[in-house]
Amino acid sequence: MGRVLSALGAGLLFGIGLIVAGMSNPAKVRGFLDLAGAWDPSLALVMAGAIAVATPAFLLAGRRGETVLGGSLALPTTRAITPRLLLGSLLFGSGWGLVGLCPGPALVLAGTLAPEAVLFMAAMLVGMLLFSGFERRRA
Amino acid sequence: MAIAWEHFTPWSALLGGGLIGLAAAWLMLLNGRIAGISGQLGGLLERAGDWPERGAFVVGLVLAPAAVWLTGGGAVSANLDGASPALLIVAGLLVGFGSRLGGGCTSGHGVCGLARRSPRSLAATLCFMTAGFATVYLLRHVGG
Repeated sequence: MGRVLSALGAGLLFGIGLIVAGMSNPAKVRGFLDLAGAWDPSLALVMAGAIAVATPAFLLAGRRGETVLGGSLALPTTRAITPRLLLGSLLFGSGWGLVGLCPGPALVLAGTLAPEAVLFMAAMLVGMLLFSGFERRRA
Repeated sequence: MAIAWEHFTPWSALLGGGLIGLAAAWLMLLNGRIAGISGQLGGLLERAGDWPERGAFVVGLVLAPAAVWLTGGGAVSANLDGASPALLIVAGLLVGFGSRLGGGCTSGHGVCGLARRSPRSLAATLCFMTAGFATVYLLRHVGG
């Protein structure tokens, strides 16, 4: 139960951070992605700020080898740069550029119940389910 | 390139980024998880064993606009008025499928992966950034 509440709090804080940062505003995100137009560099500072705060925490977690509560760490073990990593990231980036939404802000905006945001989130979930189906067929 | 100074919001960007980093630190130090939205959500859809934790993280994100509104921060606008249903569907499918195939999105690779100095995440981040820049360029300066 403690872990579930902790995850809820982390999700809430993450979402508030996205809203404060302007990441949940698709127009602002596309202003960042528009290098050739009137470029808004704000989102580079969002990433820099997030990485600066997260880095020491990851170092600490790695050194401890377990969570503060004594649980195990689920850290990625894959190291290879594979064609699927690159292709998947290119597809994701294309969709991100089309509307200006990535998965976190898509969930946050779905919470406003705006029909466009709910439609985007539904399509995103279908895309994820298609991937799971594609994985199962390969296995 | 011309910088749109009138839209540049350095302080709220740094503050919001700091909160995102704090949330990622929280999920790693207390739950031992990477705060990657596509990974958390993908595992939830596949009903992974730890689905209650994943579900709670996702619910927290969805409740964020309500929390901001309740604490006097105003209503969060989706700002998606110009987007057609077809565009929203195509983009959503690309974001969902692509982020799962690539093993992460802006949060998992772009924040957590880069904070862990992962070469894999750096490669992924360069790819999705390049694709994002290229897509907006084509839409606004070639096709549009």
